[in-house]
Amino acid sequence: MLRYIAKRMVFAIPTLFAVSIVAFIIIQLPPGDYLTTLMADWASQGGAVEAGTVAAMRERYGLDQPIYFQYYKWIAGILTRGDFGISFDFGKPVTELIWNRLGFSLLLSVLTLCFVWAIAIPIGILSAVRQYSISDYTATFLAFFFLAVPDFLMALSAMYVMSAWFGQSVGGLFSAEYVDAPWSLGKLIDFAQHVWLPVVVIGLGSLAALVRIMRANLLDELSKPYVTTARAKGMSEFELLLRYPVRLALNPLISTIGWILPAVISGEIIVSVVMSLPTTGPLLLRSLLAQDMYLAGSLILLISVLTIIGTLISDILLAITDPRIRLQ
Amino acid sequence: MTMTNDTILEVRDLKTVFPTRTGLFKAVDGVSFELKRGKTLCVVGESGSGKSVTARSILQIVDRPGRIEGGSVLLTRADGSTTDLAKLEPRGREIRDVRGKEIAMIFQEPMSSLSPVHRIGTQIGESLRIHFGTPKHEQRERVLELLRQVEIAHPETAIDRYTFEFSGGMRQRVMIAMALACNPSVLIADEPTTALDVTTQAEILDLIKKLQQNHGMAVLFITHDMGVVAEIADEVLVMYRGKVMERGPVEQIFHAPQDAYTHRLIDSVVRLEKKAELRLARPAIPAGTAPLLDVQNLSLTFPSGLKAVDDVSLTVRPGETLGIVGESGSGKTTMGRCLLRIYDPQAGTINYRRPDGHMVDIRTADKGALKKIRSEVRMIFQDPVGSLSPRKTVGQIIAEPLKIAGMKGRELNDRVADLMQQVGLEPAWRERYPHAFSGGQRQRIGLARAIALKPRLIVADEATSALDVSLRSQMLDLMMKLQDELGLSYVFISHDMSVIRYMCDRVAVMYRGKIVEVGETDQVVNDPAHDYTRALLSAIPHPDPHNRRIHNRFRYEAGRTA
Repeated sequence: MLRYIAKRMVFAIPTLFAVSIVAFIIIQLPPGDYLTTLMADWASQGGAVEAGTVAAMRERYGLDQPIYFQYYKWIAGILTRGDFGISFDFGKPVTELIWNRLGFSLLLSVLTLCFVWAIAIPIGILSAVRQYSISDYTATFLAFFFLAVPDFLMALSAMYVMSAWFGQSVGGLFSAEYVDAPWSLGKLIDFAQHVWLPVVVIGLGSLAALVRIMRANLLDELSKPYVTTARAKGMSEFELLLRYPVRLALNPLISTIGWILPAVISGEIIVSVVMSLPTTGPLLLRSLLAQDMYLAGSLILLISVLTIIGTLISDILLAITDPRIRLQ
Repeated sequence: MTMTNDTILEVRDLKTVFPTRTGLFKAVDGVSFELKRGKTLCVVGESGSGKSVTARSILQIVDRPGRIEGGSVLLTRADGSTTDLAKLEPRGREIRDVRGKEIAMIFQEPMSSLSPVHRIGTQIGESLRIHFGTPKHEQRERVLELLRQVEIAHPETAIDRYTFEFSGGMRQRVMIAMALACNPSVLIADEPTTALDVTTQAEILDLIKKLQQNHGMAVLFITHDMGVVAEIADEVLVMYRGKVMERGPVEQIFHAPQDAYTHRLIDSVVRLEKKAELRLARPAIPAGTAPLLDVQNLSLTFPSGLKAVDDVSLTVRPGETLGIVGESGSGKTTMGRCLLRIYDPQAGTINYRRPDGHMVDIRTADKGALKKIRSEVRMIFQDPVGSLSPRKTVGQIIAEPLKIAGMKGRELNDRVADLMQQVGLEPAWRERYPHAFSGGQRQRIGLARAIALKPRLIVADEATSALDVSLRSQMLDLMMKLQDELGLSYVFISHDMSVIRYMCDRVAVMYRGKIVEVGETDQVVNDPAHDYTRALLSAIPHPDPHNRRIHNRFRYEAGRTA
């Protein structure tokens, strides 16, 4: 078991390395760099900059050097000092800007995953056990409906409904008086009151996939001979359902964490921008628009790292729940 | 004690139906029988005869949408109370109290009938918890005791293992332990040995008999194997298309069958007990004939380190059938596949004589030569469902090798029609898809495909194993007819000694990758030289209730060390 985990971790290293390179290249892909964006900004405001100043700034930021050297400097800083570079736009170290937001992003993603699972599993079970019934069709229709509605539209409608009809304050994760306050019970309650809306909005988009997977897995399992065996033991239908077919149908579902997590995170970026949440989403959008390469690169890298860790966790969970994987 | 006191279960006029689009399908149609304490009733019939559904109807665990439409299933308990199980609510408390506690059941495929993710101790102990609410530590004690009863080695470690860590025979023992947990008065066994090797089958049959004697259970044993019936049954119920054709003591069924269907069934079994008439009539192949295939010292080791084929040497003469017999895992299938280079053996030679007379080593042949050889050496597979593409018509399937060889148009159509006639299929059926055919017909399609290119050697891997016994001899007769017409040679791989005896000229016995004995079929069957062959032969159930022998079989001890 430990060897299995160690092996999975070793495999994660080249993936992370590849992700860091791809992240860096993608940021470099659009023509120009941070300074051209900055110049364009100044020019639009009527200011003019001497060519010499630009060259000097380019040299200071190291933007005149070849791309592989810039990458080397960036990655070496991360590995040796945990230094993700400077955000040009904010004029602050990247680390100062992102840790807090990354924490909220992670929390939001985990809460969303839990929410989706908690909803998808029972609906999937119901759909499978009552296959082709009204409840099966209703659940399937709703799941696909939410899949089809774009995240931002869902976020806007949810915000409108909540504020116009229920008078709740929407947007952000805290009410104004708690934003800068230290953590307290009041802040926690306030957080809970705010966080459920984005969780629901992001989660509903991924619901369809999970419901359908659960339904299909369970339908396969329900007709397996071991179900008949358990029935022949005299087990009640409900206990039987949960103990055998559902237990086995969950295994493939666990492996979906690997790809549901990226979907949740990308959904989170869009929804966070719309709902102005203090997560990495709005920050990433802004840094990309400004070609603030170290900030954007670091964010993409860290989000990828979270995804890889999520996959790793799902692999480990799968090994724990399925002896066939663990013992082979 | 009167007669009625011995009857534990009485089934009267049971009817179970499955609603389909075209109407009600009567899977069980008016079946009646009694189960008596300490006695074994065997239900026999070919696939689709409704024997499994009958068994499941007793416990009301028929798969949806099947339901019991009529009749009664009276269970008499030791205290004299009776319950009609057919009247109970299928999901209700009362029938659940009977399941597993008073009537327990074991199934055909012990791998898929047990959950792969639960420890076997949990699965066995569960019935105790359900029916008696036994606390955990007492459960464990009782499970250990049960594992000892079914003779599983090292029960203390076995109890925490998973099903996939056991062999097929051990899994079936686990199933039996599970069924015995609550000391049921009736045991229903649904083809419990069909998926097992003959020696393992003999052990499981022994075990069931022994436990039946110790517990005084009534056993309802479902099987399609008349040999097994002859070995264990007290009474026999013959079923055909949901109806009881005949019911009676085992001697009567075998030696004085009253019903025409029973007669045919017994005949087709007895036919396979001796050599085919077609083969008895044929003159022997001259001893000096140059071999068509000459395999020397063939070895194949899988990457896992398993020596699947270990220094195998054999020859096949033109027009001859060489049988390869062995139990699962003996390497016979792997060896057969090596002959066509589906696997690449690491050492040895496979010398094959081309029609022009010169020898080619298949093992080292290059791509071009191999392509030519593969049109002369063909293969037939075990599974008549899986080896035919469901998305192609039968005509397309048979035409495929011909097309690859470059035949087209009218010539191709005529050849396909000829081939279908040769194997006894209507050429008019060529536009149909494989699912429209029965198992026996599908195997004929496979045979037509195999002979399409006028091959000289066919490797038949368990070609008749998936067929019912009545179809089996028909298929073998057809293969022999084609052999004589086309001058074919066969390498006939099978685990079934009776099939080998029926059609093979010579037989090689494989055990753990090695050939332990090879010789004329009559000599190997009647006077085996190797102890393993003797053990294998003596474990085969014999379809004669007067001559029960597997309980006194010869055991090959070297095989039990692993």
